[in-house]
Amino acid sequence: MNPGYELPQNEAGYSFGFLDEYAKREVRRTVLKAICIPGYQTPYASREMPMGRGFGTGGLQVTLSLVGPGDTVKVIDQGADDSVNAVNLRKFIELTCPHVDTTEHTRDATLIQSRHRVPEMPLTEAQVLVLQVPYPDPLVVVEPSEARRKTMHGEGDYSRLLTKLYEDIVQFDEITISHRYPTRINGHYVIDPSPIPRYDVPQLHQNRALILLGAGREKKIYAVPPYSQADPLAFDDVPFRTEDFTDEYGRRRACARCGAIDSFLDELIDDDGARIWQCSDSDYCNERLAAAGKQEVARA
Amino acid sequence: MNQMLEVRNLSKIHGRGCPRCFDSTGPDMDTNICAHCGSVVAAHGVSFDLRAGEILGIMGESGSGKSTLVKTLFFDETPTVGEVLFFDGERQWDLFALNAAEQRWLRNHRFGMVYQNPHLGLNFKVSAGGNIAERLLMSDLSHYGEIRERARRLLARTEVLPERMDESPKKFSGGMQQRVQIAKALATQPPLLFLDEVTTGLDLSVQARILDLILEIQQELGTAMIVVTHDLGVIRLLAGRTIVMKYGRVIESGLTDQILEDPQHAYTQRLVASSL
Repeated sequence: MNPGYELPQNEAGYSFGFLDEYAKREVRRTVLKAICIPGYQTPYASREMPMGRGFGTGGLQVTLSLVGPGDTVKVIDQGADDSVNAVNLRKFIELTCPHVDTTEHTRDATLIQSRHRVPEMPLTEAQVLVLQVPYPDPLVVVEPSEARRKTMHGEGDYSRLLTKLYEDIVQFDEITISHRYPTRINGHYVIDPSPIPRYDVPQLHQNRALILLGAGREKKIYAVPPYSQADPLAFDDVPFRTEDFTDEYGRRRACARCGAIDSFLDELIDDDGARIWQCSDSDYCNERLAAAGKQEVARA
Repeated sequence: MNQMLEVRNLSKIHGRGCPRCFDSTGPDMDTNICAHCGSVVAAHGVSFDLRAGEILGIMGESGSGKSTLVKTLFFDETPTVGEVLFFDGERQWDLFALNAAEQRWLRNHRFGMVYQNPHLGLNFKVSAGGNIAERLLMSDLSHYGEIRERARRLLARTEVLPERMDESPKKFSGGMQQRVQIAKALATQPPLLFLDEVTTGLDLSVQARILDLILEIQQELGTAMIVVTHDLGVIRLLAGRTIVMKYGRVIESGLTDQILEDPQHAYTQRLVASSL
């Protein structure tokens, strides 16, 4: 550690960003290694956080290790900024990281911690996306032993995972993995891209932002570095496909709020009991509404 | 004929092992457990050659080390000492000098194994077709239609009804499970096949049909095979040459006819006499 560096402490005796400096250094070192070996699940000593494992402790540790004064943090849960998990994590960051701004706008954020979604708005090279991961290993469905899974990853042996896809097509004429779709990074390691829908998987491919995935309970960090190759596993003649939002008339469903036809939609039941579809990414929806409002004002 | 496999001085000890292990075990000592350290000498000083397209029989009673031998050649177990050269066209592989990935590649592409117990060779959680698909996927085939077509052809060739290819092998009879195993082993058209007690535990008519199938495959594809069995009938029908093992040592080797008609070693004599 830099000898001239003083541990920043607030009145309560906690370090900046809750984690102590050594813990943050370890996470940063792990992050560096993860970036060097795209898709490799780098083990690290996941710390105890003041919240239950499974509530995003892996993502939070990565975020707290990377955040510094001047950063702007956005937290998403299921696409929304105002759901319980997102609000609590944001409050925690505000509490433990003085001089760090938080935002709900994808555009303004430098660091985005997310659960279940990649923001609709294309990310930039200046941004880092941190995804919370419950199960980091895609091979866990076919091989219970972690030692053997490590060998399989090392040798690039994913035939048993592909056999699962084969069996799916035989039984259901379709690959039945809806989220956590196994994706090959830079032509070697296959990752579990956290529970993002299939719709978001193509976003990992050649993304301009650095994408970090942190699994707190499983103690793993892995990365999809900027401009990496990300190929969802598929067969040559059965290509990967994303969620289908066409309605019974063959038209793409639109968001009931902002009318977007290019976003991932959540299916909701409105007050009258009718089914409606709405953007899952609340910021994207709000931005579109705001822009439409401005246009109307300009027209009038 | 071309040399395919050259096994030299292969030994396998289960346990700690000590310098006196080899001297204190074997047919002369009438045991394969070392009296000094308690280790089991499963095989010692086994050497033989296999030529392309040939069927070699390995005969011996239970615990004679014959299964250990083929499991070692198929990388299921690592030998204590020994050298095996595998000649594959232009290439020559020193089996135990390879790294794990190369061994896996050879296992998937150039070798095939049929175990006595289908549970070892098949994955019962996936369908029969899926089992064959797994091996094809290992050899980097990634076209669903083609995988399916090849699995169907292989199962038809081994006389498994193609209509049942999407069922789990759990629901199959023992004979059918062995056929699926053979189809799986043949999926990548390997030049070398290991058959470990394939017909043991099957009824006679099913045995006969599986042996016919194995002979047909050998005629059609010219696959070299190592057949491990304690059944003299199987040896007589399949193997051109035979080696006889006892307590981990090769006690007799030569042409099958010669061994069965004129056994030299006392143990082989007893074995042949007991089956008649």
